Amino acid sequence: MTATDTRPAAPAAPPPRKPGWSNALVTVGRSAWRQLTSMRTALVLLFLLAVASIPGSILPQTNVGIEKVQGFYRAHPTLAPWLAKVDGFNVFGSPWFAAIYLLLFTSLIGCVIPRLRDHYRAIRSVPPNVPARLDRLPQHTTVDDHDGDLAAIAATLRKRRWRVVVRDETVSAEKGYLKETGNLVFHVSLMAVLVAVALGSWYGWHGNRILVTGPDSGFCNSLQQYDESKLGPRVDEGRLPPFCVTLDQFEATFQSSGQPKQFKATVTVEGDGPTHTADFSVNDPLRLGGASVYLLGHGYAPILRYTDRFGKTQTKEGPFLSIDGMQTGSGAISFPDANVDPVTGKRDSSLQMGFDGIYLPTAPAQAPYLRSEFPAENNPGLLLTAYRGNLGLDAGIPSSVYRLDQGQIDAGRLKQVGEGKLLKPGETWTLDDGSSVQFVGTKKYVTLSVRHDPGQGIALIAAVCALVGLMGSLFGKRRRIFFRLASPSPTSSSRLLEAGGLPRTDYPGFAEEFASTVAAVREKT
Amino acid sequence: MAALSDALLVVAMLGYLAAMICYAAVYAFGDRGVVARVAERESDRELVGAGGPPVIEFVGEPAVPVATPPARTVWFGRVAAAVLVLAAVAQISSLISRGVAGHRLPWGNMYEYVLAATSVAAVAWIVVMVRRPALRHLGLYVALTQVVLLGVAGLILYVPVGPLVPALDSYWLAIHVTAVAISSGVFLIAFVPAGLFLIKSGYDKGRNAFPFSLGERLPAADVLERLSFRLHAFAFPIWTFGALIAGPIWAESAWGRYWGWDPKEVWAFISWIVYAGYLHARATPSVKKTTATLIAVLGFLTMLMNLFGVNIFFTGLHSYGGL
Repeated sequence: MTATDTRPAAPAAPPPRKPGWSNALVTVGRSAWRQLTSMRTALVLLFLLAVASIPGSILPQTNVGIEKVQGFYRAHPTLAPWLAKVDGFNVFGSPWFAAIYLLLFTSLIGCVIPRLRDHYRAIRSVPPNVPARLDRLPQHTTVDDHDGDLAAIAATLRKRRWRVVVRDETVSAEKGYLKETGNLVFHVSLMAVLVAVALGSWYGWHGNRILVTGPDSGFCNSLQQYDESKLGPRVDEGRLPPFCVTLDQFEATFQSSGQPKQFKATVTVEGDGPTHTADFSVNDPLRLGGASVYLLGHGYAPILRYTDRFGKTQTKEGPFLSIDGMQTGSGAISFPDANVDPVTGKRDSSLQMGFDGIYLPTAPAQAPYLRSEFPAENNPGLLLTAYRGNLGLDAGIPSSVYRLDQGQIDAGRLKQVGEGKLLKPGETWTLDDGSSVQFVGTKKYVTLSVRHDPGQGIALIAAVCALVGLMGSLFGKRRRIFFRLASPSPTSSSRLLEAGGLPRTDYPGFAEEFASTVAAVREKT
Repeated sequence: MAALSDALLVVAMLGYLAAMICYAAVYAFGDRGVVARVAERESDRELVGAGGPPVIEFVGEPAVPVATPPARTVWFGRVAAAVLVLAAVAQISSLISRGVAGHRLPWGNMYEYVLAATSVAAVAWIVVMVRRPALRHLGLYVALTQVVLLGVAGLILYVPVGPLVPALDSYWLAIHVTAVAISSGVFLIAFVPAGLFLIKSGYDKGRNAFPFSLGERLPAADVLERLSFRLHAFAFPIWTFGALIAGPIWAESAWGRYWGWDPKEVWAFISWIVYAGYLHARATPSVKKTTATLIAVLGFLTMLMNLFGVNIFFTGLHSYGGL
């Protein structure tokens, strides 16, 4: 739409017909369509789209980070439900946002289709007849002593890639069709981008999860194994590519300031061709058949060994979520099957054990032990708090594995045991009932995103086409140049050649081009 | 090297300040007629094509001014241009020495980004100065913008030289951020004539309160408008490539999706739409040039919002600013 006013002109008024409501309907429909496909409407819709995007950056968005949306609900309990009703937390998936871009694209189609037709005709047609008064054109000059060889003029122009037609004593030439071609390529490509995005959301899927190092903690590509996942509406859950990934090793190196320097994850992949190991990192995802695995984050998973009052030992690990750049981790480990009486085999739900804590890869030398001082494990310490009672896991309500159920603690069903304690790796803490907990050590974990988007290749190709088209439409210049031989004079064999030029689009350098073209024609004589 | 870079930044800022003062002197002591008269004569001839739409033809550079300006003014103008070029050299050297100090491309955080984008703007302005000598005195506004942005960079955004975080350690930094910095720098220089065009056309309509009173000493409105359009048309494809093609390719390999409505992405999209709206509006004869240019100015405000607002107010994946 960057060309001059080439929107389709309004069709001639239809012949008067008998008034009737169906005719009125047609008239209303036609005028609405004309209105929708006008440049003014397209501009308004374009701006609406920009304005409608703003709340998407101001309000937290569910698809970007659900935790921030939950935080917003806590901070603004009255406002949040109202915003949710108008899709304030899902702006880019909301019906009103879709309405704007669909109307915009309808307007675009309504504009582009007639222009495609017109441009197809223009490309096939020959340059128009020479106007009667060449001296009225923006560029005009005359050449004396021309030999009258119009074919030579045409050849010169063709060499300069003009489209030329010779009629009687005149030559018409036109150039710069690339401008409109580029323009149309740009707009058609934008529609292709939209189609690619739609394909991606219908046929794409993704799953996120935490993966702890070690052969026992691998995962396979099925929805149950993800912490969070989303399937496009056209994806069959049973047909996800079958592969399994085990994290063998994760290395992270840091600057002395604690800023990360390099990450490297080494995994074993089964089910994607022969079993093989592969390395991947941030900016360098693991490409598997049918999906890519991206490294999003990392952290530590402390291992606890709990020996209950009956002497039974259980070992569990729990990934602690990093809460700052120094990898201070916050998390919880539950032992719901602790303190089962070996004689009766009965579980006492008031004797379940839970630990929550802060893991510090580099604990400060002095209390308070709240923040790690460095992201690598230079002086690991685990600040643990023990709880005994009902963990609330039997109610069947899904709960976070990174926190103990605060509701149970508030209700007094889960009681803190003693004070919090800082444990070094290998240290054991004996609780009041004779049971003990040992901080065995840690394993590293990574946060992964496994994704497949079949639309992204198409979107890239379309975007590149759009860019190429855009450059054609911005830098292409449509212009015409005309030559006419004056009637032969009886006294001389040479003739007067008149030339005129018309830039059809904004083109500051046309005067120079016109002059050099005429000069080239003159030299040939 | 890091200390040299910091020292050169101060030199650049002082240089722009000095250039600003020299240009201000040209305005203050120069005879007010010169510029205006040159501009008048330089203004475009409007012609009507045979049966076609009105065709505007731009007649190149103006010839020598009719009245020779006082020697003092010429002298001030030359000094101003020279000081501005020196400041630009110091600015670019500051950027390069920072790159040498960090052994990497010097646009890995917000401070360096502003330094890189304003360096591009400086180069773009020097190109305009060489090709359009008649517009040279607009250097006042360019120097002003540079002083403000470099001041913000040096005083608020400054972070010591350091290595890149792994998220930025990719060759896409060279492609994506470079393209975005180049287009931002050119948009910045395009914004200057766009804003001045609005002032000038307001002045031409008889408004003479500040800031329209500045219009008295500005080149003809169409000259400003055309320069602004050409700079925007130059920057827009680079922006499209940098923000909407290279950015998504990198986002796919770093974050797993090519587009995810991160606040920075949202505002890059908004800027693109607003500038696209400007190009459409300018190509539509029924839309007034002032309206179209107003859209371009709005586009630059969205760029500023993306650079400062998004880094300061929102947290997202592009939080490498160091704020």
